Amino acid sequence: MRPGEGANLVLRGATVLDPAAGIEGTHDVVIRAGEIAELAPPGAGDTDGLEVVEAEGLHAFPAFFDPHVHLRVPGREDEEDVETGTRAAAAGGYCGILAMANTEPSVSTAADIEALREEAREQASVPVGFLATVTREMEGEELTEMADIRAAGAVGFSDDGLPIRSARVMRRALQYQRLCGGTIALHEEDPELSGDGVMHEGPVSAALGLAGIPSVSESTMIARDAALARYEDGRIHVQHLSAEESVAAVRTAKAAGAQISCEATPHHLCLTDEQVRALDASRFKMNPPLRTESDRQALLEGLRDGTIDCIATDHAPHAEEEKTVPFEQAAMGVTGLETAFAALHTDLVLGGVIDLGLLVERLAGGAEPFGLERPTLAPGSEANVALCDLSAKWTVGEEGYESRSSNSWCAGRELNGRVLVTLAGGQVAYRLRSFSLGVAQ
Amino acid sequence: MKHLLAIEQLSRAEIDAILDRAESFAEVSRRDIKKVPTLRGRTVVSLFYEASTRTSSSFELAAKRLSADLVSIKAAGSSVDKGESLKDTVATLSAYDPAAIVIRHPHAGAAQLVAEWSDAVVINAGDGKHEHPSQALLDLFTLRRQLGALDGKRIWIVGDVLHSRVARSNLIAFQAMGAQVTLCGPPALIPRGIEELGCEVSHSLDGLGEADVVYALRLQKERMKESFVPSIREYAANFQIDSRRLGARQLLMHPGPVNRGVELSGEVIDSPHSLISEQVASGLVVRMAILYELLAVGGAHPAPAEGDPGERPTPMGQPA
Repeated sequence: MRPGEGANLVLRGATVLDPAAGIEGTHDVVIRAGEIAELAPPGAGDTDGLEVVEAEGLHAFPAFFDPHVHLRVPGREDEEDVETGTRAAAAGGYCGILAMANTEPSVSTAADIEALREEAREQASVPVGFLATVTREMEGEELTEMADIRAAGAVGFSDDGLPIRSARVMRRALQYQRLCGGTIALHEEDPELSGDGVMHEGPVSAALGLAGIPSVSESTMIARDAALARYEDGRIHVQHLSAEESVAAVRTAKAAGAQISCEATPHHLCLTDEQVRALDASRFKMNPPLRTESDRQALLEGLRDGTIDCIATDHAPHAEEEKTVPFEQAAMGVTGLETAFAALHTDLVLGGVIDLGLLVERLAGGAEPFGLERPTLAPGSEANVALCDLSAKWTVGEEGYESRSSNSWCAGRELNGRVLVTLAGGQVAYRLRSFSLGVAQ
Repeated sequence: MKHLLAIEQLSRAEIDAILDRAESFAEVSRRDIKKVPTLRGRTVVSLFYEASTRTSSSFELAAKRLSADLVSIKAAGSSVDKGESLKDTVATLSAYDPAAIVIRHPHAGAAQLVAEWSDAVVINAGDGKHEHPSQALLDLFTLRRQLGALDGKRIWIVGDVLHSRVARSNLIAFQAMGAQVTLCGPPALIPRGIEELGCEVSHSLDGLGEADVVYALRLQKERMKESFVPSIREYAANFQIDSRRLGARQLLMHPGPVNRGVELSGEVIDSPHSLISEQVASGLVVRMAILYELLAVGGAHPAPAEGDPGERPTPMGQPA
């Protein structure tokens, strides 16, 4: 993150909610030199020398952490870069993100990691952790210099975008992990079963004449890698769970004692393959694909019972010309950083499906699986705060995007709940323009 | 009806209107002068990204019979070959202010996108494995002439349903007209979940005797390489329609081109059961009817522009 001054401000009278730290109530959130100094009774906070933000009726959450973002650097800066991607993260209430390594060229050496960390020091508005690939050029054959890469500061490893096809290579990576640490994050998909599929295999793909990606393409690989992780005592994180069978596979692996965590995306938690009928590739084509209502219900159950540790956006910016083509030819992926909280609040919390506390807890749950500290509002910790107005309504895309790309799955939707201010790494990373003007009055 | 993108989007009444119109064009086709002036001065673009004999030739002849100016573009040899995107190609063609674009494309939803990007009436001449609505309409027309109404009739669609846009459009069209449809083929070639469209699924020809109509699909020989079927021999043994399996009163259809000796035996193709050549003949008049309904009746492009020779569409049934 760009070096800067620690924030000095007080969120007066905010409704504070940090379930993981057992904090719930109305407080003055006093922030000095980038640290949470105290949670004082409303009106009692020491505001000496602090900017006062009137936060009555607003919610202060621990800022969110996204373990799955595509910053497209190096190579596709026309789609996103460190500056725009972290600005989008800050606008979404995130205080930290992990960037995937499937860039062009891929992030596969210690020098790549060093260059990216330098770029982040110059451009990033929130802290960014970088992952490197597990295998060279993501070819799935030879391991990268994992120890060297870790020493250069990589948070973990992932061939995300592609599965590690060979069980032998997967096993070798887990063995090598004992030497260097670093969670291995896995895009689980059996390419033999996915074939040239472009959406979930089921009645909708049958009706549209589109090649399907069966649910078992994901769950069989999770079962394989969970077994390997147990055998080698390795640490794995399963990315973007989409299918009912996958939730069951992770649940079984956790019960058996595997060191396994997993994530689900907002779009898989909110949408089903019925959306694909409109053949709108910009909003509804991604991998893994949107699946059925029973898959979605299974993901929600996994979120509630803790099988799913965190919510990750899989923010995947794409150039317009990669999306304005027939569905089968379009690139996979949607953006999500700017809308994750608002969309989940609208569809799941206001919809009565999950409660606000669970949402906040899971949106901040992406750090721990990678050995990083969970953002918290506990006094004494670094200020990582998302100040949100749950009653604010806004239409996605109406004022453009912070991201350089506009392939948002929420494009055009009206959402309830908006991030007003984000503190990340102790600094003010974002203020909604209309809100900061209000403060100035 | 602004475009013809999918059979799914047509009501039974709209289907009937096209078939009735085709009936009157069938009458015109028997005259010495087969041309009518309906679309004089208007441009029809035929944009084919895939090889096609029947569909492209019958649409093009249909446009000419209606006196339209025709621009015919095949992917090979055009700027598509040079990597131009579909969107840019459509923008270029829009400069000709076409009244209609007839498009065949290897990917689902292409016609729908063209309809979003262009002011022209768009006719889907086949989009990937999704739909082929004009084929379904000509098949309905062929059957209506043989059987009258389809209500209560049983139709079996046999073969490679997975890779067939014809199977999908015809399933929907046959059901819309009141027929009961069974899809039959080896499990790997029947899309998982398709029974939710309201049809029966069978993996054996044992029950074929109930069918009033047997609609066979083309099996591409490459399918055995991808393990969809073990061999052509075994496929033919289980799913080929031959004279032994075809009952006396049953009608046989096929969208063409036929793989003789694979999905159909040689003798049934040329037998009295076969409607295959009637289907081809129907193709022309049904495609004339589609163009007419969309361009002359649909009112998408209302009056001819100023300075246009101004020929009003000639109502059918009057001398052309």
